[in-house]
Amino acid sequence: MTRHDVIVVGAGLAGLRAAIAVNQKNVKVAVLTKVHPIRSHSVSAQGGINAALGNNPRGGFDSAEKHAFDTVKGSDYLADQQSVMKFTSTAPEIIYEMEHWGCPFSRTPEGKIAQRPFGGAGFPRTCYAADKTGHVLLHTLYEQAVKYEQASERQNFQVFEEWMVTRLVVEDGVCHGVIAMNFNTGAVEAFLADAVIFATGGSGRIYAPSTNAIINSGLGMAIPYWAGVPLKDMEFIQFHPTTLLGSGILMTEGCRGEGGFLTNANGERFLSNYSDSAKAMEVAPRDIVARNMQREILEGRGVKNESINLDLRHLGAEKIMERLPGIRDIAMNFVGVDPIVTPIPVRPGQHYTMGGIDTNVDGASEIKGFFACGEAACVSVHGANRLGGNSLLETLVFGKFSGEAAADYVLSEGKPAVNPKAVESALEDEKQKFKTMEGGSGKENAFTLNQELGEMMVENAGIFRDEERLKSGWKTIKQLQRRFKETRVTYTGKRFNQDLMWHLEIEGNLDLAEAVVAGAFARKESRGSHFRLDHDTRDDEKFLQHTIARYDPQEGKPKLAYRPVELGLWEPKERKY
Amino acid sequence: MSQVFKFSIFRFDPDEGKKPRFDNFDVPFKAGMTILDALFHIQGHIDTSLAFRFSCRAGVCGSCAMHIDGKYKLACETQASIALNKRVTIRPIAHLPIIRDLVVDMKPFWDQYKRIIPYLMPGDVAPEGRERYQTTSERQKLDHVIDCILCASCHSSCPMTASDPEYIGPAALLKANRFVVDSRDQSTAQRLQMVGDEHGVWRCHTVFNCSLACPKDLDPAGSIANLKREATKNFLKKPSTR
Ligand SMILES: Cc1cc2nc3c(=O)[nH]c(=O)nc-3n(C[C@H](O)[C@H](O)[C@H](O)COP(=O)(O)OP(=O)(O)OC[C@H]3O[C@@H](n4cnc5c(N)ncnc54)[C@H](O)[C@@H]3O)c2cc1C
Ligand code: SF4
Ligand code: FES
Repeated sequence: MTRHDVIVVGAGLAGLRAAIAVNQKNVKVAVLTKVHPIRSHSVSAQGGINAALGNNPRGGFDSAEKHAFDTVKGSDYLADQQSVMKFTSTAPEIIYEMEHWGCPFSRTPEGKIAQRPFGGAGFPRTCYAADKTGHVLLHTLYEQAVKYEQASERQNFQVFEEWMVTRLVVEDGVCHGVIAMNFNTGAVEAFLADAVIFATGGSGRIYAPSTNAIINSGLGMAIPYWAGVPLKDMEFIQFHPTTLLGSGILMTEGCRGEGGFLTNANGERFLSNYSDSAKAMEVAPRDIVARNMQREILEGRGVKNESINLDLRHLGAEKIMERLPGIRDIAMNFVGVDPIVTPIPVRPGQHYTMGGIDTNVDGASEIKGFFACGEAACVSVHGANRLGGNSLLETLVFGKFSGEAAADYVLSEGKPAVNPKAVESALEDEKQKFKTMEGGSGKENAFTLNQELGEMMVENAGIFRDEERLKSGWKTIKQLQRRFKETRVTYTGKRFNQDLMWHLEIEGNLDLAEAVVAGAFARKESRGSHFRLDHDTRDDEKFLQHTIARYDPQEGKPKLAYRPVELGLWEPKERKY
Repeated sequence: MSQVFKFSIFRFDPDEGKKPRFDNFDVPFKAGMTILDALFHIQGHIDTSLAFRFSCRAGVCGSCAMHIDGKYKLACETQASIALNKRVTIRPIAHLPIIRDLVVDMKPFWDQYKRIIPYLMPGDVAPEGRERYQTTSERQKLDHVIDCILCASCHSSCPMTASDPEYIGPAALLKANRFVVDSRDQSTAQRLQMVGDEHGVWRCHTVFNCSLACPKDLDPAGSIANLKREATKNFLKKPSTR
């Protein structure tokens, strides 16, 4: 067992920013991550990050309030309004800080950070670096992490690469630490800590296909959920309009922000035929564009009945090469299409988890000493639908806030003591659990179960939902959970035991998917990304509320409750773009 | 007969005390399958003990560089169709200790990365409430050097990293150059000194393997050449800094 002040789980943008914030307060921090920091999913983000800087000639009148309003409207009024105000008003300083740390943003002719239009935004406020924004942000933040690691004037900043956390230790409403496995050696160890911050990212891989990295399983959210931390608004899953046919790789919203068209099999820009997207067309918010694309495909106007064309040809070779070089590479490598001469075949696909670990605006949960930030957390600033460019911003803003809050907590007097016995006995339990997994009957194959789960989620908890589909989906999950007990970890070597790793990830996927389906089943309305064919309007009377899901260990399933949305700035209105 | 993708894959577990071996695997044909997809099929359905690194499956995270059919490639970006008409050999990237199978210990690679002061050193106080300005032509100089995904293909293809474990290597040198050409960085002299010794740029014998190997079409050799030029200029300017 080792002892720590603050442990951060996850080294994507949220985790690294949180760790830096902790260390800036001269508190010791250890970052545990299952992949090297720069392999985290944040590196894949393409389009950009929002802040009302007003650098674009058409953005002169932009402000934090307008950014906040767009975010709240985009959320279909499920976002907490004061939290959103704090979020958008912190945005400019967070972006400038990244620039000062060396982030190579694209530039305007005046030498300022360049900004492009994005869906659901009243002004062009999305800062970018070509179509590799996540890459440059994550590499810059990692560079800073190395600087903190090397600096001797502060308390230690340590990164444990390729350590997978498998359990959170909570006793009597207090967090005591985590259990983690070192992939390189197979060692399973206990980490006692005064505070733990989860920044484990989204859980897109409970769907198949998904735009998310393969490592983005449900486990990161399931670990605190199993330990008694509630999850919030899990039914809100974003389907991105433009994912590549086949592999499901993302084609950034920047394609449309830069002027790309969506056309059906007849070459028609069909978004004009739907009242909710007729005006904004391709840059209407994601939930609306994704639904209207799916309708075109279902009604037989898709290309080969399976996709929609993302047409960039009119942008010209020069603009495509300058602004969207990564998109062009991906299209050529994965479907053999050069967007300069041929439209890209796309369809909507799972992209983002709006819900997550229930936290307040400081990243604090109801468990003392346990914090969360980034896509794994739900503050909520995205509500029922996240705007493009807001989630990179979320990782940095709330990474900073939760790191500061955790450090303050550790420095505060009279905080509850952590208990080494609690983590030691959790370590024994965990080792026992792994042994049991090696002794399973092996009648079922976990990988097959996982694939079945992912496909079922697309079908039954996808863009269009109804009672029947959700009910049968829930039944399937129950069966999959039973079948999972008949799987077996067959590889028993120590180094890089990915067989054990997959079984743990898949176990997390199953229980997390259940929280999504349970929330969707109970929410008998349509709001943002959650669209019920059998309840196709928003019901503010009953559902202007966050869903809170708690894991019931006796029943092995979620228990739901509701919490009112924090309003106060804008009255809910019908959304039209 | 239905078609299969045919692979011969390097297997090694240092704990077993046995020599490395190659295992053959046949993976059922699926249109559009990548090498990474095929490895997942093997791991999930044929041999759960196979170990390899992965994350993004979109050629951006740098996890899955391997030596595939004689070349360094990203498994996720390479179509499995190359393994239809012949058995394709897959090995781990070279010049790094093997943890197991296709997974290597990247520590020596990261140690070199950390050596070159891999962060911006602007040398002035950041302006309050705004960015540091950078013209579009200054920014253009960063265009390719910032694209490195640290996959270590270049490192593994370079004969010098094999013979001199202290050689900084092409990836870390490219990173050093990324700061040297950044108009906002003011620590060029310090960096050039750092990379200017016999384990630095002068160890490079311009074999160009690195630039040929890079799956992102970057030019580490060009970056090294630039550092050599700058280091020479610096040397002529201020002999005392040597
Ligand atoms: C393809 C794509 C493009 C996107 N583009 C944009 C965009 O243009 N703009 C925008 O605003 N948003 C975008 N997003 C969303 C955004 O990228 C993510 O929401 C954000 O990067 C999440 O960052 P994070 O730090 O919360 O998590 P991640 O970057 O996913 O990091 C998670 C970390 O947790 C670690 N981890 C997870 N589980 C464990 C465990 N059990 N033990 C130890 N470590 C663990 C991982 O190793 C990793 O380091 C995009 C998303 C996708 C899928
Ligand atoms: S320069 Fe190219 S080959 Fe070398 S690490 Fe970077 S991306 Fe990989
Ligand atoms: S899995 Fe990320 S580069 Fe291949």
